[in-house]
Amino acid sequence: MNSSLYLRRRLINAFNLTVSVLTTLFGLFWLGWLLWTLFSNGLQWINLDLFTQSTPPPGEAGGLANAIVGSLMLTGLGVLIGAPAGVLAGTFLCEFGRSSRFASVVRFVNDILLSAPSIIIGVFIYGVVVVSTGHFSGWAGGLALALIVLPVVVRTTEDMLHLVPDQMREAAAALGAPQWKVVSAIVYRAAARGIATGILLGIARISGETAPLLFTALNNQFWTTDMSQPMSNLPVVIFQFAMSPYDDWQHLAWAGSLLITVTILLLNIIARIWLREGK
Amino acid sequence: MKAGPLDSGTTGQYQMSAPDSVAASASEPVSVDTMLDSSKITVRDLNFHYGKFHALKDINIRIPEKKVTAFIGPSGCGKSTLLRTMNRIYELYPDQRASGEILLDGCNVLDRKQDLNLLRAKVGMVFQKPTPFPMSVFDNVAFGVKLYERLSRVDMEERVEWALRKAALWDEVKDKLHQGGTRLSGGQQQRLCIARGIAVKPEVLLLDEPASALDPISTLKIEELINELKDDYTIVIVTHNMQQASRVSDYTAFMYLGELVEFDDTTTIFTAPANKQTEDYITGRYG
Amino acid sequence: MSTELTTDGSIPATDARTGRTGHLADKAFRGLTQFFALLVALSVLGVFITLLVGAWPALEQYGFFNFLTTNDWNPVTDVYGAVAPIYGTLVTSLLALLIGVPVSFGIALFITELAPVWLKRPIGVAIELLAAVPSIIYGMWGLFVFAPWFSENVQPWMTDNLGDWPLIGGLFQGPPMGIGMFTAGLILAIMIIPFMAAVMRDVFETVPPVYKESAYGLGGTTWEVVWKVVLPYTKIGVVGGIMLGLGRALGETMAVTFVIGNSHNVSGSLFMPGNTISSTLANEFTEADGAIYTSSLISLGLVLFLLTFVVLAIAKLMLIRLKAKEGKAS
Repeated sequence: MNSSLYLRRRLINAFNLTVSVLTTLFGLFWLGWLLWTLFSNGLQWINLDLFTQSTPPPGEAGGLANAIVGSLMLTGLGVLIGAPAGVLAGTFLCEFGRSSRFASVVRFVNDILLSAPSIIIGVFIYGVVVVSTGHFSGWAGGLALALIVLPVVVRTTEDMLHLVPDQMREAAAALGAPQWKVVSAIVYRAAARGIATGILLGIARISGETAPLLFTALNNQFWTTDMSQPMSNLPVVIFQFAMSPYDDWQHLAWAGSLLITVTILLLNIIARIWLREGK
Repeated sequence: MKAGPLDSGTTGQYQMSAPDSVAASASEPVSVDTMLDSSKITVRDLNFHYGKFHALKDINIRIPEKKVTAFIGPSGCGKSTLLRTMNRIYELYPDQRASGEILLDGCNVLDRKQDLNLLRAKVGMVFQKPTPFPMSVFDNVAFGVKLYERLSRVDMEERVEWALRKAALWDEVKDKLHQGGTRLSGGQQQRLCIARGIAVKPEVLLLDEPASALDPISTLKIEELINELKDDYTIVIVTHNMQQASRVSDYTAFMYLGELVEFDDTTTIFTAPANKQTEDYITGRYG
Repeated sequence: MSTELTTDGSIPATDARTGRTGHLADKAFRGLTQFFALLVALSVLGVFITLLVGAWPALEQYGFFNFLTTNDWNPVTDVYGAVAPIYGTLVTSLLALLIGVPVSFGIALFITELAPVWLKRPIGVAIELLAAVPSIIYGMWGLFVFAPWFSENVQPWMTDNLGDWPLIGGLFQGPPMGIGMFTAGLILAIMIIPFMAAVMRDVFETVPPVYKESAYGLGGTTWEVVWKVVLPYTKIGVVGGIMLGLGRALGETMAVTFVIGNSHNVSGSLFMPGNTISSTLANEFTEADGAIYTSSLISLGLVLFLLTFVVLAIAKLMLIRLKAKEGKAS
């Protein structure tokens, strides 16, 4: 046995594995730094005013109440449109389409939509809704978010329905249940947790989306719940305030960032724990 | 067979009034003519394909009414496939198709016009692995009933209790009717599935290796149950366990490579099989 | 209801006359789900057509090829060319891959081969959380925290030590501003690492254990098994994962908008400010006055759409091919 060759191989192995550990630390390092930045800059500006007062004019103190409500409404609208559509489309892929050519095309397109730049979605809704109605609006923003939720929900719904064993479908069909009943009463129930997780991840995904809202919901300095008007929302307010030269605005931007990030991380963690417990 | 007799009272005459089937079976090495029981299901020239694979070849068999008929044979011989044609559950999968005739009380269930859901309500099925639905024990049993009957709450409770008693499960679950069905033990789950199957009051019960995933004690319970159920139902059971077949069945069909090799009453099959292949299988020479 | 039970509780005879149960509802349900599936398929087509329509006036005026090759972006004189944003997009994305691919590979290797079982999940989740942080947060952090630190501590050193190197020296010259294409590329790398690492981890796990066992059985080291067995077996999937990351990097908007400097400027140095397609859109779209200006921006969007579509389609096809191969092997 050539011992120097063996030594060399072991050294290469040790070196590369060390590098692998380092890359993992490298990845975690950024997450740590990012979260540290958020907490150290944002935590001190979290107070009651944040939730009760509207966004202030430059140079004055205020809160993010209108932006928070706007974000909730836009996200809500996005989920209300995107999630049912996604669940139904995902149902088609798993229960009816399976390996048909049409289903493959839909799956392919959906995966592309899943990774498509969200700003393009914004331009699309701008072209379809904003141009034809003549102004920016909450409806347009909600639609843009719906289009981002859609592929997430389609994908997870299909995956989760596939996890329901075919025997379950056979057992229900063997009792004489028509297919719509098999799917709605048995398969959905068996996959409920997974589908809910997908929707939760979809919500997490759109909660921080900024780009598609820039040209759809735009922003609104004032309190409004009117979806046909431009609508304030956290991400766009953060963008605008962070880029501004005013200290008060920047503080609000940090507080808003912390709020959004913590919400999203919590949604993600809850979704994961929830899914794991269901197994 | 559109003009076939519809009510079960006339099926007894069927055997005599259908000379063509006697002729067909005479050409087969299957001694169905010797049977005295009236037949509930008559299979004629059944062929089955999975895609290009020819899984069942010219099957002819008569399943007697209110008896237990067992299908045995080595894995892949087509016994489960044959069972799955009887309620057309295979149609959930697009590349599977059957041709020929399966007469249930004289009506061809393979007819395109056959309503699948009604057929399946009449021909119940229990699967190899227990498949409790993700809902309570009560709702599991009530699920099938609700599809075809509108019962008052009291009537439904009675029906559920009746089915659970029939399935010898009532005493074990009467205090946890509203717990999840998936929380029962494996043997209980399987009996729950049987209760669910009989709650809709089918005429035929298809059992696809119902005890193969269970422990010996649960298996025994299922076998006892089958014995009791045959007073009311026509039962067809697929099993890979020959002792089980000999214990529970009145008639046994031996299948090999997609063909029905021999069909006779169980005692004959296990003591004096007419066919060499059957004998080899029974005595454990292959399979 | 035609399916009512007869009085004795038996199911009525099944023939054509009893009517078919649930078939109408079945058809309706199927149709409904199919409609939404169709909607998904059509949405991408809709995006393409909308972009094309919006881009038409500008493309008609300048010509598509001319638009792609003009290095001028001047709202005052109404002359628009896409060279600078396309250049910025490509440079930052490639830089992101250059940094991100080895790191993602290392992370996937760590999770699949090295980490003890109890650590696999937490690490995997932590890395995935990196992908959940909204892009605007990366942008703020990049602009206010990373860029100042970088310009003070790292950038001068890089300019001093790498700036004189032949060939690549030019990449690292310029004033230490903190923001610029390098910072944008680095942040993009951090943002796409989770996606690539997740795909790599998943495809590494598709390798049948028997392949790895036989390699270990011959006395191979962990590294050799990964490099000579796992990677060759999964290379299509790994490339698919990389393309997926590239697709993300090309279209990433907010983080880049914060840190790239936003100037329509083609520079050989990574430390100089630049622009990407998406950051141009984010900055200028709502302020664009004049039909040609807006249309030119939408043309940029069209270019980005086509670019990401092709990249993502390739990614997807490669992952499908790996899956097909896996199916054959098992």
